Amino acid sequence: MADIISKLKEANLLGRGGAAFPTGLKWESVAKASGEKKYVICNASEGEPNVFKDDYILEHYAAEVVEGIVLAMETIGAAEAYIYLNPHYFDKYEIKLKEIIDDKPIHLFKKPPYYIGGEETVACNLIEGKKMEPRQKPPFISEVGLFGCPTLMNNVETFYYVNKINKGEYKTTRFYSVNGEVNNPGVYELSAEATIADVLNQTNNFPNFNFFIQVGGGASGEILLADEINQPVKGAGSITVYNQETADPYKIMANWADFFLNGNCDKCVPCREGIYRLREIILKRELKKEELESLFNVLEKASFCALGRGATAPFRGLITKVLKAY
Amino acid sequence: MAEIKIKINGQEYIGKRGQTILEVAKDNSIDIPTLCEHSDLEPKASCRLCLVSISGRKGFFTACSTLIEEGMDIQTDSEEIKALRKKNLELLFAQHIERCNTCVREFNCQFLKLARDYGVNLKKYEDRKTNYPKFNFGPSIYFDSSKCIDCRNCIEICEKQRVGFLELEEHQSFWEVMPSKNFKKDCVYCGQCILHCPAGAFMEIDSVSDVEAALKDKNKYVIFQVAPSIRTALGEEFNLPYGTNILGKLFSALHKIGAYKAFDVSVSADITTIEEANELIERITQKKTLPMFTSCCPAWVKYVEFYAPEFIPNLTTVRSPQIILGGLSKTYFAEIDKIQPQKIVVVSLMPCTAKKYEISRPELNINGLLPIDYVLTTRELARLFKKYNIKLDELEPEAGDAPWSEPTGAGIIYGASGGVTESAMRTAAYKLSGQKIKQIDFKELRGMEHIKEATINLGDIELKVAMVNGLGNAKKLLEILKKEPHKYDYIEVMACYGGCIGGGGQPIPTTEAIRHLRAQGLYDIDLEKSERIADESPAIQKLYQEFLNQEEARHKVCHTAYFTKTKENKFE
Repeated sequence: MADIISKLKEANLLGRGGAAFPTGLKWESVAKASGEKKYVICNASEGEPNVFKDDYILEHYAAEVVEGIVLAMETIGAAEAYIYLNPHYFDKYEIKLKEIIDDKPIHLFKKPPYYIGGEETVACNLIEGKKMEPRQKPPFISEVGLFGCPTLMNNVETFYYVNKINKGEYKTTRFYSVNGEVNNPGVYELSAEATIADVLNQTNNFPNFNFFIQVGGGASGEILLADEINQPVKGAGSITVYNQETADPYKIMANWADFFLNGNCDKCVPCREGIYRLREIILKRELKKEELESLFNVLEKASFCALGRGATAPFRGLITKVLKAY
Repeated sequence: MAEIKIKINGQEYIGKRGQTILEVAKDNSIDIPTLCEHSDLEPKASCRLCLVSISGRKGFFTACSTLIEEGMDIQTDSEEIKALRKKNLELLFAQHIERCNTCVREFNCQFLKLARDYGVNLKKYEDRKTNYPKFNFGPSIYFDSSKCIDCRNCIEICEKQRVGFLELEEHQSFWEVMPSKNFKKDCVYCGQCILHCPAGAFMEIDSVSDVEAALKDKNKYVIFQVAPSIRTALGEEFNLPYGTNILGKLFSALHKIGAYKAFDVSVSADITTIEEANELIERITQKKTLPMFTSCCPAWVKYVEFYAPEFIPNLTTVRSPQIILGGLSKTYFAEIDKIQPQKIVVVSLMPCTAKKYEISRPELNINGLLPIDYVLTTRELARLFKKYNIKLDELEPEAGDAPWSEPTGAGIIYGASGGVTESAMRTAAYKLSGQKIKQIDFKELRGMEHIKEATINLGDIELKVAMVNGLGNAKKLLEILKKEPHKYDYIEVMACYGGCIGGGGQPIPTTEAIRHLRAQGLYDIDLEKSERIADESPAIQKLYQEFLNQEEARHKVCHTAYFTKTKENKFE
């Protein structure tokens, strides 16, 4: 048991769902947590626009992912596991996954089509049949998670690489979703240390026009200009290329705002009302610094969960870097 | 319990392990603004107003949901915190349509007070909920969803009641509080949503103007009747301490605004007690359906009729005190007073929104008239008095009117959970022992625990009783009964926490601590009464000699029937 955890630590595997939390530490804390029963959840909610790598992994390497889940169950002493799938993936992979799972105590769960459903405490609530709302942290799910039991939740890609590390086959790679105005959109497995420029070059996607990109997720991902791409890819590993000359930043922002507004849970004031007001401003195309900053500020500092806190980054980036509104 | 030292705004305070920052702040009169917080509910931390900062920790924390830890150094009112609260308030007011002049919170709005405290521009944004729907739930509750600020307290309390009529429904990217379309879910009118809503989105369906009109109508005799639990709650609306008995001033105010008579429903509670005790003894001795359920709580009755109709035979057929007294006013009293029953308008002053529903039940009809014309909640009564410029606290107390303003102590304690049972036990002991046993205090029946159990020895009979407050707990009890049908002989159910003193028509706020003080007020009055057993009441003895000795009259005025109900509140 200690063996795989130290291997994960040695490999410095970071969670591939977007938060990049060290996987070894996560496993260790759930393994150490006391509880009669423990659970493993494989997060296959992949809810952000322009991120398709879990889809790709499930399509090509579902058996390896399930092996990773089984390894986790053995390591932390979990009696049961769930594969928590967005409705599209559930429909697409249900039969295949059931065949692979066979009689193992691994259940498939079809999550509702809302972005917030990917948050770990929301996932616990939904599997338990409760409201689609995040829970107060602490306690963290490593101590009080699904049905009140210590729970390990990792992303599809993380489980895939756990299996690779266990078999000694990990070559420090990760999966990148490359899309937008590129010639060769798709999912690519490349070095985890590659810069954004490397990924674009190696996939023959480096633009020959003035561009900006969104990296790490098609809604909450950061906006970077052409001179900022000599850094590793963050978040959920996506790179979306926009043409500086032809893209309509207001339209892009309106899409984000719609995405967050549809995908949030409406529990807390900043996220529910703040994003609604942000959307209003964008639709009116009247960007006033003071008003925007006060909305960003309340979203970042007063939202209940990471969805609201993280929603501002792309807007802020596009408004200040691309539109140069202030 | 372990003590924990913390600092708030530089001052040291001692708290206990398990307390939240908000609890310690409240204990020490440090003001942290809240809207979604309520002592009956788990902290939800959704309004984001109680934000504080903690030295050495990144970001902001909600005081309602953050437990104290040794050495915590907490800031509650930095400029940055104030700015965040102000922005949250702006956003909240941008969804809430202000209808302050017709609001249940008109005189007591924490939300509006915060807007003033933080200098919020209420019109900073265009209102989001302008055309949101409004609903009437039966004749009891009005829900204006355009005032809703989405804290979801109403949903939580409705679920806690195991009614689940309020739920989230998705409308154009928002999850909105809506009445359920599920045909298996219906409102039982308990009104707990009103007590737990910080934005006045829920209120009683207003009868104040109807009562004003009746008072102005020279052809009408307006008889007011006061529920037991009003007397220790109404004072709060006039800034009197919690639990103050204001019955004398209340009678005096009713006379001032033109009441023809002002009666006390505690008197008819004594009748309910006697009739119930008789029925219970009959059910036991003749081996009829047991356990017998009380039926004086109309939300509970509706709950049984809709959610658990298989238990209808368990409900006592005895009418609730307000219905009995109204019936008596329009029969016996009309005759001795020589007035036409049609000209009598009975206004019942109740702690309850379900009482508005109860009076509309057609089977209560006596000689073509319903016993009660209007129900005013405690809050509506305060509004009525304020319209008449009555300063309740300044009035000289007066007595109520003959023949029905001198109840026994038994009738008074009806307003607290366990009170109905205790009254019935006093009477049963008195009857079964041939009036030899005058056991008065059954302290094991008192208190705020959700389900109380006791075994009462009454001569040869050992009576197993249970008292439940909160409908969610009633559901638990029904589940127990399905497995162990003979576990109890008598069960008292009050839909609201603490009984009627915590009723959905009571002043806002109603919290655990406040309910306790209102109940204590009632037990204090009981202690001072010379007659504390229903049967000892001279007014009641007279009624049983002159009127209720006629079987037909007694049946018409004091008994009723119940029916399986289908969904009453359907919205498309």
